[in-house]
Amino acid sequence: MLGVQLAELLDGVPPGVGEALDLVTGFDDALVHGFARLSEERATALTSLAGALSATPLGGRVGEAAGKLAAGSVAEEHLTALAGGRAALFGAVHDALLARLDAVLGRVRVSWEEPPATPAPAADNLLSGCRSWLGELAITGWRGVDHDLVSASSQTIEALLPEPGLRRLAVLLDGLAAELRASCPVATVERLPARRWADLWTRALLLSQAGGLPGASESAGVVSGRLLILGVDVHEHGTAVQMQVHGILEPADGTPSRLVRTSVAAAKVDTIVGPALWRLLDGYPALLGALAGHRGLDVTDLPLLGSGDLVWHDDRARVGEPVDPFATARLQLAGALAAAVPPLDRHPVRIAEPVLVEGYRATADGTLDLGGGTLTVDVDRLPACGPLTPKLVASSSACIGLVRWDGGRWLLQPLAVQTTVKRQTVEVHTGDWALGPTDPKVVKAEARAGDAVAVLRERAGRLLRR
Amino acid sequence: MNADGAAWEQRSVARVVSPVQPRKLAKVPFVELADGRLQGVVSSGSDIARVYVSSITAGTHAFNCSTNNNRPCGGLYGSPCKHLQALAGEAVLQYGLDQVARYLHVEVGDGADLMSCLNGRHEPTPGAMVFSRFLRHLSYLELPGTTGPIAEMHWFPATGAIR
Ligand SMILES: [Zn+2]
Repeated sequence: MLGVQLAELLDGVPPGVGEALDLVTGFDDALVHGFARLSEERATALTSLAGALSATPLGGRVGEAAGKLAAGSVAEEHLTALAGGRAALFGAVHDALLARLDAVLGRVRVSWEEPPATPAPAADNLLSGCRSWLGELAITGWRGVDHDLVSASSQTIEALLPEPGLRRLAVLLDGLAAELRASCPVATVERLPARRWADLWTRALLLSQAGGLPGASESAGVVSGRLLILGVDVHEHGTAVQMQVHGILEPADGTPSRLVRTSVAAAKVDTIVGPALWRLLDGYPALLGALAGHRGLDVTDLPLLGSGDLVWHDDRARVGEPVDPFATARLQLAGALAAAVPPLDRHPVRIAEPVLVEGYRATADGTLDLGGGTLTVDVDRLPACGPLTPKLVASSSACIGLVRWDGGRWLLQPLAVQTTVKRQTVEVHTGDWALGPTDPKVVKAEARAGDAVAVLRERAGRLLRR
Repeated sequence: MNADGAAWEQRSVARVVSPVQPRKLAKVPFVELADGRLQGVVSSGSDIARVYVSSITAGTHAFNCSTNNNRPCGGLYGSPCKHLQALAGEAVLQYGLDQVARYLHVEVGDGADLMSCLNGRHEPTPGAMVFSRFLRHLSYLELPGTTGPIAEMHWFPATGAIR
């Protein structure tokens, strides 16, 4: 990304975004206090949200729902309609922001094609259990949440987790429940993450509709070719970790290169943190080896979803030649074809567009001055499982990162930097420790602490099957 | 600063739960602040198939220690056994002294040891609940991995690279 491109990106907010977010803020405030006792002001906020959608296919249902809630009656279908309305507003915000970013970067994106319907996991009882818990939350409001209400989700979540097709919902609910539990009793908490919790609630309610979760990926087309890694984005909460690799796929059939993501995820517990996370993913040696060794991957017949996600099968991949991610970014990023975003995933939080930034002046307070404007580095998003630190970013000369948007501003999440150490140019990537830490200090600390994954796996093996 | 403060509530990504600090798990594989207690599981030093369930109640500081088969711990003679000492020590490593002391409602002076500031007595409490929570905790490690994209995890970025 160049200075002039950044200037264009930062030049005002796309029209309508501010207004849409104001409507969402009104909804989120109502959820803080609960839908059981809506004040007049909060009822008006819901009516305004419905009003903004009146000309859309959702208009009728959202309007009816807002009316019923204002009149004091709360039914599941009305909560669902409002969640749909809120998600639609964020969908529009997402589309406006991503269109602006694509235009600035000159990135060409294919348009979404609905895949043929596949049977979604049948789990009516589980899904209705989720919906009724989410309904309770909405009626009570975040301020009224206590330990009992949080614990009421435990059984449902426990039953969702073993079903691979329901894992997305399970992971989401487990993350939300842990945050609520840590904040109990919520009534006494000084400030609430109102936007965040409403996001998670909305998302969970939509995914727990019958047919809300996508079916299996078997129907997706398969691709073969060379996968060139740009970097890895690490996602984690107490009981889940996901490594999402961004890369460029050179299809073997000679069609244009594509920007793709591929993800591997594992369940975990809160005491497994830092470099130990990688050991949970030791079932994917090719992917981890390519990350640690800065190598390309030759892949055969991997399903490619319309979202640009390659569904990883480690046994269909071979670690190839060394490939410098910075060379990949310089040579291929500008021309690669970007994937569509599935309708349900259209939320600004999913915007994570890889870019190469160089020729900037990095400051200690975490910004990159590109001449045309200043880009804020999201240093909070540097994961403890890799060697990339805020200090390295502050001393860097080039950076591969993901452009993100949150809290009303654009941010850069670094995945790799080039910097100078003892007059040598070195590269540091978030995935460098995928096969174990390479920094002797960290190796020592890890050895002292022992292998958390091995300890707990041993305990599980001995105690769970008795 | 003010703009940042106002924006926090309007962020999709905001840290609500602080990640726990890494610690050695071999001796005390499980520690939690839950159900009004500091509770956890301590592996027996002599029998690899045996574990102790130890707990300290918030407020009263009543303590208990028993095996996973609910036999009383032989090390309890009116004062906390070595399992309870180990539990408290690991809890402080995992959550920090402040958080543990706040949860248990205990004042710990500068440089003082948590256990020496507690003056509860032994009170039998059923350990089965804690043990089953530990088993549930362990069961996460038995779940198969997945390779379908979990878009929801964008709300949960890994953090913490401050060295
Ligand atoms: Zn004991």
